[in-house]
Amino acid sequence: MSGMMSGARSTAPIVRLTGIAKRFGDCHAVRDASLEVAAGEIHALVGENGAGKSTLMRILAGISPPDAGTIEVGGRDVTGWTTAQAIDASVGMVHQHFMLVPTLTIAENVILGREPMRGLAIDFARAEREVTAAAEKSGFRMNVRQLVRELSVGEQQRVEILKTLVRGARILILDEPTAVLSPPEVEELWRVLRALRDEGGTIILITHKLDEVAEISDTITVVREGRTVARFPTAGTSPASIARAMVGRDVVLAGDATIARRDERVVALAPALDVRHLVVSGEQRQRAVNDVSFTIQPREILGIAGVEGNGQSALIEAIAGLRSVESGEIFLDAADVTSMPVSDREERGLAHIPEDRHRRGLVLDYSIADNLILGRQRSYQRRGGMLDRTRILADARAAIAVADIRPSDPMMPARALSGGNQQKVVIARALARETRVLLAAQPTRGVDVGAIELIHARLRAARDSGAAILLVSAELSEILALSDRVAVMYGGRIVAIVPRSVASEEMLGPLMTGASA
Amino acid sequence: MSDLDATAMREENPSTVSETMVIVRSRDVRNRVIEAVLPPLVALLVSIVVGDLLILAVGQSPGAVYRLMLEGTWGNAYGFGQVLYKTTTLICTGLAVSVGLRAGLFNIGAEGQLAAGGMAAALVGLALPVGTTAVIAVPLGVLGALAAGGAVGFVPGALRANWGAHEVITTIMLNFIVLAFLSWLVSAHLRVPETLHTPPIHAGALPRLSVLWNGFHGSAANGSILIELCAALILGWYLFRTRGGFELRAVGLQPDAAENAGINVGRTWIRALTLSGALAGLGGINFVLGYERYYEEGFATGAGFLGIAVALVGRSNPLGVVLAALFFATLSQGGLAINALVPKQMVDALQGVVILAMAASVPEVRRLLAQARGKR
Repeated sequence: MSGMMSGARSTAPIVRLTGIAKRFGDCHAVRDASLEVAAGEIHALVGENGAGKSTLMRILAGISPPDAGTIEVGGRDVTGWTTAQAIDASVGMVHQHFMLVPTLTIAENVILGREPMRGLAIDFARAEREVTAAAEKSGFRMNVRQLVRELSVGEQQRVEILKTLVRGARILILDEPTAVLSPPEVEELWRVLRALRDEGGTIILITHKLDEVAEISDTITVVREGRTVARFPTAGTSPASIARAMVGRDVVLAGDATIARRDERVVALAPALDVRHLVVSGEQRQRAVNDVSFTIQPREILGIAGVEGNGQSALIEAIAGLRSVESGEIFLDAADVTSMPVSDREERGLAHIPEDRHRRGLVLDYSIADNLILGRQRSYQRRGGMLDRTRILADARAAIAVADIRPSDPMMPARALSGGNQQKVVIARALARETRVLLAAQPTRGVDVGAIELIHARLRAARDSGAAILLVSAELSEILALSDRVAVMYGGRIVAIVPRSVASEEMLGPLMTGASA
Repeated sequence: MSDLDATAMREENPSTVSETMVIVRSRDVRNRVIEAVLPPLVALLVSIVVGDLLILAVGQSPGAVYRLMLEGTWGNAYGFGQVLYKTTTLICTGLAVSVGLRAGLFNIGAEGQLAAGGMAAALVGLALPVGTTAVIAVPLGVLGALAAGGAVGFVPGALRANWGAHEVITTIMLNFIVLAFLSWLVSAHLRVPETLHTPPIHAGALPRLSVLWNGFHGSAANGSILIELCAALILGWYLFRTRGGFELRAVGLQPDAAENAGINVGRTWIRALTLSGALAGLGGINFVLGYERYYEEGFATGAGFLGIAVALVGRSNPLGVVLAALFFATLSQGGLAINALVPKQMVDALQGVVILAMAASVPEVRRLLAQARGKR
């Protein structure tokens, strides 16, 4: 452990966490974490999902107290401080989920909780002046009178950052800030963060994306299973060695994995999925999916790239039968399924890996075994309506072994599993019967690096055994690693469909933000 | 790098892993049992303390009141028979509310469904020829009660599934409609003059328990308790062993996941509320086929609403419901017994305290258990 601090700068660290431990019930979120962050650096905190990164940073930001260990900020022991004290000491955290009021303006959101008053009324003019000044100082271009609900996700994130800066933050913690951003928005975020650092601010970035780490950070600390296991200076460290520290073994990275082997189709088969002029309404009567047409052949993966919220979810749900269609048709193996219930589509070989596995994918209080048969309970029914528990358990054990689900106890409730293992359950179930068309929405979201490998392998195997796969992912690297063809969705429309061979991040990035092809 | 080696060793030693697994599982089961049993006990303790204060407030000795309460309920055969009689109806309404809760629905309409079931049992009995053997008359009466309660339950189910009308509102409102309709039916067509009840049934009905043992003589306890206990057993089997129950519970726990799995959520809601209504309706035979042998207005007023408390305290588990029904029936009968010392309304207040303590203790006990485990 002593060797791992060798990369520290000579200056005294502005943040020093020593021997931090935190448990929630039976779960050790953080076991033994130590972290040193130098003033004026961008420090990346990397690790798999569930490694304890966020918990560690919530402890630093005063949101929850540690069970053991000490926190020092600026040389002062502040162990167990509160959020208010942390803000006073200029430590601010931008959470993964924004905490903004959509019906208020940017200025109103920024001053919320510390409103400038004139008598009994809020001094809005002064608020707007102050927020505008603060935005300009930090290099944000924004109209502070705009309503937050009119902003893009990237702009909302900038409002969140501005909120912490206005409260005087000099140590800024960002939790997975790029999860919801398009490539140009990510570039904009990097610009802002670099500017903050150059002015003497300190930034701690929680992420599990290795390319980001390489691009933006000065120093890296790796967290695994609640422990800080390694620390590197970014310069001169290869992504492979960071990944090894994260997982504890060698990993095949998605970027340099097998490029999809067959670019052009060998034979023109009848399409397994044929979507024609599909229109689907969104929540507020707008067209979430607007005249979308495409086909997918058997043995083909069509990847849909796009910034989240451009109609991908509505498209997937409409094909799965979970959302009604305004107009247009959906054909499954030449049969019109547009108005069929979910169960009939499933019988015809449609399988769905939903993007929100907690809401759609699993019954969290059901056991692994029960979740594995959910949707196929009819085939486990004996005469008299009884479920065949013996067969359910036997099949569950087999599926658990094949999918490498841990823990391997089929009676364990799904709630007790890690994100990656929950997703393995969902995928094992989706692929349990013969699959003609697989809808895979964000199949590796919130899943650790080790499980991503396995999930990608299973998707490729399903493709190779004849399935047509519609893949939606917010990760461009995932789309590029798996797809045979790539479509880009923007504003409810498919703005381009290109073969994998001509697709690249540089080419897709502008399309994803609405620049014309 | 010592951490790395330790991890590797753990993974290479499968026997250790599986042993931990077994320990984790048995502890898991124990935790679940503790989580199920502790809240009712805590609630009971809290209500005893509050009860003591109430009794002291009216100037009586808690010891004397509780002794009187026990003597009047479990202390003699007649009192116990009355407890069993009240338990019988509460099992049904408790099961009815439980089925709804398992499917994620709150059935507040057990009151009306219970009355409808009782009326149907009476109508079937009146329609049968005089002297029809109980072997035929009782099953027909039971079917009538199930069908009538089920029909009343079906309506809010269909309203929810097809038009999204919330079942809490519709079941409450339906109570007024059903009770008013039954009242009209009795007063306009079926009434025995000078009374609020229908003519008595002359077809076969259920025997009193005093037939089995003379000690129950005079009490209302009757054979329908066996039918209701069977209903509890069958419901437990249905919920936890069959495909229908599997789908119903999945819809209750996570409707979006159930829908994604191809389960028709709306149809499951209708099925659950129909079943719920049928179970509440079944409670009607206790009075009509087992006790007085006619339908009387207000024959079980309050039993439908008390069923909500029974289901909550019984944690929507059929066995728990039976025990909770026994408990609330004891309180209710005990209220009559202690009337000499304290007002009967005190027991109603105590029932309220039990429900509040129960509602508060479920999450609270869970939190304390989690904390205790964290510290261990």
